[in-house]
Amino acid sequence: MKRTILFSGVPVMLLLAVSALVLQPTRATAGENSSTEVRVDNFTFGPETLTVAVNSTVTWVNKDDIPHVIASNDGLFKSKALDTDQSFSYTFTKPGTYPYYCSIHPKMVGKIVVQ
Amino acid sequence: MEKSQIIAPNVNGLIEHDHNNDGIDRRGFLKCMAWAGTGAICAIQGGVLKSYALGSQMGSKMKSHKADELTFVQISDSHMGFNKPANPDVIGTLKAAVDKINAMPHQPEFILHTGDISHLSNPEEFDNVDQILKATNKEIFFVPGEHDVLNDDGKMFLERYGRNSKGSGWYSFDKNGVHFIGLVNVMNLKAGGLGTLGHDQLEWLEDDVRHLKSSTPIVVFAHIPLWTIYPQWGWGTDDSAQALSYLKRFASVTVLNGHIHQTMQKVEGNVTFHTAFSTAFVQPAPGKADGPGPMKVPAEQLRSLLGITDVNYVQGRHALAVVDSTLA
Repeated sequence: MKRTILFSGVPVMLLLAVSALVLQPTRATAGENSSTEVRVDNFTFGPETLTVAVNSTVTWVNKDDIPHVIASNDGLFKSKALDTDQSFSYTFTKPGTYPYYCSIHPKMVGKIVVQ
Repeated sequence: MEKSQIIAPNVNGLIEHDHNNDGIDRRGFLKCMAWAGTGAICAIQGGVLKSYALGSQMGSKMKSHKADELTFVQISDSHMGFNKPANPDVIGTLKAAVDKINAMPHQPEFILHTGDISHLSNPEEFDNVDQILKATNKEIFFVPGEHDVLNDDGKMFLERYGRNSKGSGWYSFDKNGVHFIGLVNVMNLKAGGLGTLGHDQLEWLEDDVRHLKSSTPIVVFAHIPLWTIYPQWGWGTDDSAQALSYLKRFASVTVLNGHIHQTMQKVEGNVTFHTAFSTAFVQPAPGKADGPGPMKVPAEQLRSLLGITDVNYVQGRHALAVVDSTLA
């Protein structure tokens, strides 16, 4: 739905550039209809559990007026502080369950399941 | 957990709490809490909690300083760098707080800043705050908020504000016979948890107060509340009970926190807990919104929901007077 809005009325050159950016992570989950974006909104991760295919790149986008830091519980990945609309991406190369949290608001927790 | 309720203020009522006999007037106390958020004042003076409408008797009460009194000011959550609709001018409101301090008839001896000095831990944000606070011409003691230690585990904060501190920035000092303890509960936070003091800091605290007489008044200041206000939003500290256990034997303990951008007060035995206004933006009352994010209020109301805290200690009395006043 989001993509439809993005594409309408955009010049062809820009359209190609944007679609390359948007489609790339989707391609990694070939055959599955799963999104690879986690929205950080109102001090929650949406979805809280995201299932992706191996080699998927997951992107967290902060929609809050307050910065958040994305950190895996075991130290595998950690973002810099993400201000409003900033994002952080990480590519998961091995199957498994990866719990993470916001290291400055630790009540915010989520997990990425890589299959 | 005490929850504040909105109760119509009764301007003729004087709300009293006998701190020493533990006969708290719970209803009166809640009224006082509700008032604090709407431009009135709560104070504990000589062990008695009283509230006054702003601009009424309070002014004259606070003018009667004597040589054996100590007055200091707490400011909190200046969030320099924040520029969202909840307050597009955090420079202006911090300057208003400075004006308020400079206009106090009896000048405070020093200032405590209970963290979230900056919004994004940027050097320019710290520079701006330092520049603005310089106009108070006062010594300022800082503890970090989570916004001050974002990308470097607090290294920059320590270089700027924690030269004489231990560990990640904790320390103590004495003024007029009062023992002040600055604690850090925003580092090494664990998934699913609340604020954390950690083993090293707790050990230091136990040792720090060991030599003190039980009659020494104690003031503890830290960013995240050291009492559990609303754990769903992370408004509490996991190991605060351990810290408070070391302070049980003291006759008077005053705990000053920030983080939640609203005033709240609770008395538990010998301990008075208090949270301060922010100078930057408002956050919702516990559970009154989907989340704890910044709350946009009508522009003309903003300064009546931001403020500073004035604390007054009279030697020989147990409790400290904690007085909130808004920037309006």
